[in-house]
Amino acid sequence: MASRENWGTRTGFVLAAVGSAIGLGNIWRFPYMVYDNGGGAFLIPYFFALITAGIPIIIMEFGLGHKYKGAAPKTFSSITSKWEWLGWWQVLISFVISVYYVVVIGWGVNYLKFSFTQSWGENTKAFFFGDFLKLSDSALNLGGIVWPVFIATALVWAVTWFVLFSGVKKGIEVANKIFMPVLFILILLLMFRAVTLDGALNGLNYLFKPDFSKIFEPKVWVDAYGQIFFTLSICFAIMITYSSYLPEDSDINNNGMMTAFINCGFSMLAGIMVFGVLGHMAAQSGLGIQDVAGAGVGLAFVTIPKAINFLPAPWFFGPLFFLCIVFAGLSSMISISEACCAAIMDKFSVTRKTAVTGYTFIGFLVSIVFMTEGGLYVLDITDHFINNFGIIFAGIVEVLFIGWLFRLEAVREHVNAISDFAVGKWWNFCLMAVTPIVLGYMGVRNLMSDLAKPYEGYPFQALLMYGWAVVIGVFVLGVIIHSITKED
Amino acid sequence: MDFTAILMMVFGLGVTWGGAAICIKIALKKGNE
Repeated sequence: MASRENWGTRTGFVLAAVGSAIGLGNIWRFPYMVYDNGGGAFLIPYFFALITAGIPIIIMEFGLGHKYKGAAPKTFSSITSKWEWLGWWQVLISFVISVYYVVVIGWGVNYLKFSFTQSWGENTKAFFFGDFLKLSDSALNLGGIVWPVFIATALVWAVTWFVLFSGVKKGIEVANKIFMPVLFILILLLMFRAVTLDGALNGLNYLFKPDFSKIFEPKVWVDAYGQIFFTLSICFAIMITYSSYLPEDSDINNNGMMTAFINCGFSMLAGIMVFGVLGHMAAQSGLGIQDVAGAGVGLAFVTIPKAINFLPAPWFFGPLFFLCIVFAGLSSMISISEACCAAIMDKFSVTRKTAVTGYTFIGFLVSIVFMTEGGLYVLDITDHFINNFGIIFAGIVEVLFIGWLFRLEAVREHVNAISDFAVGKWWNFCLMAVTPIVLGYMGVRNLMSDLAKPYEGYPFQALLMYGWAVVIGVFVLGVIIHSITKED
Repeated sequence: MDFTAILMMVFGLGVTWGGAAICIKIALKKGNE
């Protein structure tokens, strides 16, 4: 059997882990979370969540991957063979995320092209939903394939295939050694331009002016934990897989902290950039910040293009912004796909080339659903359900399993033995008590909310097919894969 | 910009990049292998 691949350098591993953690959410979710949850005051629960959940989980996952030298199914199976299904469940969650995430990067590639001439015109909303996506009238009407999205997404799949096909050291490490420095240069350039625009300081005022009364609202704390949980690529097989390629003598604790702090630092820069630009747009158009602030797809593909129209030299700064989107997305896409491919290689003893090619082909076929005229609806529903139920519940099971059923102390002893500085008993407390309680509360709250009211008013049939069926399906399929492949 | 807004921005950048800088400093002592 071939020996497991290794990262070439520690920098390569940290950049790859940071590249996985930094994704579209850092640019389009974090700034709005801060703005909507008490401005600068949000940073207090946010950092508290980072210390009590984000860093403990990332160190735990790095430790597990490093100790058991396998992707998620092999790692959990090495602890006890009865729990391999948890790994497959997480791998299947990653697969679902990869097949729609790739389409969003495909939109970014299209917008990169549009940004040179601002082809979106004045009415950016009509352009995005109508001219570009040709959005159908209902989530139940998929319509035909949107070819510009199809071509760009195929290109993103091709890049992902090439990087993964080239291996850990020559593919993933090299790609991240290019993507990450370029991404940081781009965000710094954009940020410095943004803060020097007229009205930018007003935007930053809205973003950071603290409303400390919000700290006493439970929603703000839940949002802070949610943001930390989703931003670090934890609990869906990625960090376990990446750390399984670390050499024996690796400083797990410091690597985990470095990844978490750099990721959150990037979010801060992205927040300053986004709200600087929004402040400028508000000043130029005579609107209030509250009228232009937003998050998600709407921010990236409707509001920011509109803001780019108001920028000096939009043909220069527009492409820089969408390059950021593409690079941030690609580095995450590579990590999500690697989590799946590594699991296939571990379990079925196939070569990397076979696993990556097979995975990319199947992934591409499935992602065609999201390239249709009704693709945005499907994407929105699947994304909502897989994040709010899939990742959250897989996370709860993971921390309960490792924290309560398995000897967590063994992981702490392992990481402390090879790290420059040790984590204390507080780490066990965070993983055994704080994290399961917060995640459990979030999971129950999400469940009650979705059972009480259909998400975004979508038809029940659409929610059933693209939401509930997917979330339940990945769990059941994980258990089935474990059952039919287990070795007695 | 409000003084409190500036303060919170500096706080956010300080915690994240300060934390990252300390980790990088410790890592550099050990080398890149």
